[in-house]
Amino acid sequence: MFKLYVPDLRLCVKGRGIYNRRMKLNIFAKVCITMLAVLTVHVPVTLSAAEQSALPPPETYCEWQVENFAIDTPLCGYSGDVARGRAIVSDAARGNCLACHQLPIEGIEAYGTIGPPLAGVGLRLPVGHLRLRVVDTRHISPMSIMPGYYRKPGLINRPGKAYLGRTFLTAQQIEDVVAYLVTLK
Amino acid sequence: MIRSRMMKIVSGLLVLYALAGMHVTFAEPRSGIEFITDETRAMQEDEFANPGYFTVDRGLELFKQKHLKSTKSCADCHGEDGENFDTSSIARYPLVEAKSSKIVTLQKRIQNCRASISDKPLATDHPELVALETFVRHLARDELVNVQVDGAAAALLKKGEALYETRYGLIDMSCYHCHTLYPGQMIRGQKISEGQANGFPAYRLDTGEIANLHQRIQQCMSLLRADPFATDSEEIKLMGLYIMSRSNGLAIETPAVRY
Repeated sequence: MFKLYVPDLRLCVKGRGIYNRRMKLNIFAKVCITMLAVLTVHVPVTLSAAEQSALPPPETYCEWQVENFAIDTPLCGYSGDVARGRAIVSDAARGNCLACHQLPIEGIEAYGTIGPPLAGVGLRLPVGHLRLRVVDTRHISPMSIMPGYYRKPGLINRPGKAYLGRTFLTAQQIEDVVAYLVTLK
Repeated sequence: MIRSRMMKIVSGLLVLYALAGMHVTFAEPRSGIEFITDETRAMQEDEFANPGYFTVDRGLELFKQKHLKSTKSCADCHGEDGENFDTSSIARYPLVEAKSSKIVTLQKRIQNCRASISDKPLATDHPELVALETFVRHLARDELVNVQVDGAAAALLKKGEALYETRYGLIDMSCYHCHTLYPGQMIRGQKISEGQANGFPAYRLDTGEIANLHQRIQQCMSLLRADPFATDSEEIKLMGLYIMSRSNGLAIETPAVRY
């Protein structure tokens, strides 16, 4: 770790004026603060390279139909699991719903304030409406910032190479999330 | 009588309401420094604590380095600590060439100038070029960003704005969605800024590295799970030009500290 900063120490000797003084006085403080900042503030948001290469191959995309602002048929006919759904919504690398929404989950340090809080959403919206909002909310609100979690892969502009042919969540994950949202009463 | 007084009050309120609305419409740009935490702000403002100064110092070192081909250094023309620069011109980058409508970033200008004295040209965004860019831009600290918006730049800015408003990647958002619609809101633990460019090149706490504006845009696009615009591509230059033009009037803060 010390060796990493050797070039800068050399600059202390060579440098002149304000740079010299600053480097001499504070090189150690800077090193410590940098290390601290990097160690404490880092929050992973995207998948690491290792995680990306570990992604299973893309699943076959299931078509869905919107009727009366709802998707009433479960995607690919799957049924959802509440516990799995609950895990997905708070996982930064999967649903990451907490990036924008407040959810009634204990022990969450920080959540976003962009979308509406979702406590009680299972009372306000029937299951088909919830499903459409997770799958592609732009059928309701075209300018929405919310990603479509199950948009047709061909509709995505410039997808990253690791994400070609993929939906944000799989059909099973969508059904799990919907099953969880229904329980928010 | 009472009625006309009422009318006056109502119309007065209406005017006030309209003025309040105008304030929102023509709001001044706000630097990213207003959206970071107190700790990060303190780190940026303390030259001793700001890790961006490692890069500034590295840039100065390279600035003074003699090149074999010409036995010259940047400092030979621009002054020992760059004091011969006109800092107000530094604040005008990226420039738009009037005849060719080509966008010239500050780094490109340095790259070209450096190529004339060095036998070892460097690729765009090479760490040494970013260090030189950071050092030179830092000389214009407190100058106001002053990107050309008329003439040849006008048409390019239109294209840049269209790119800024286009959705990218699996997350399928545009820059506009976060940085125009939701500045001040929280995305998990981070406050969304207006995406202003006056602090760039900036030290990023997230990556632990310095990033210039183009690199920051590419990092943002990767975060959107998109295929980022290639280095030196027309798109990245247009986007960079437009985003810097949004920061017109903001003081340069290079090297800023940002998340």
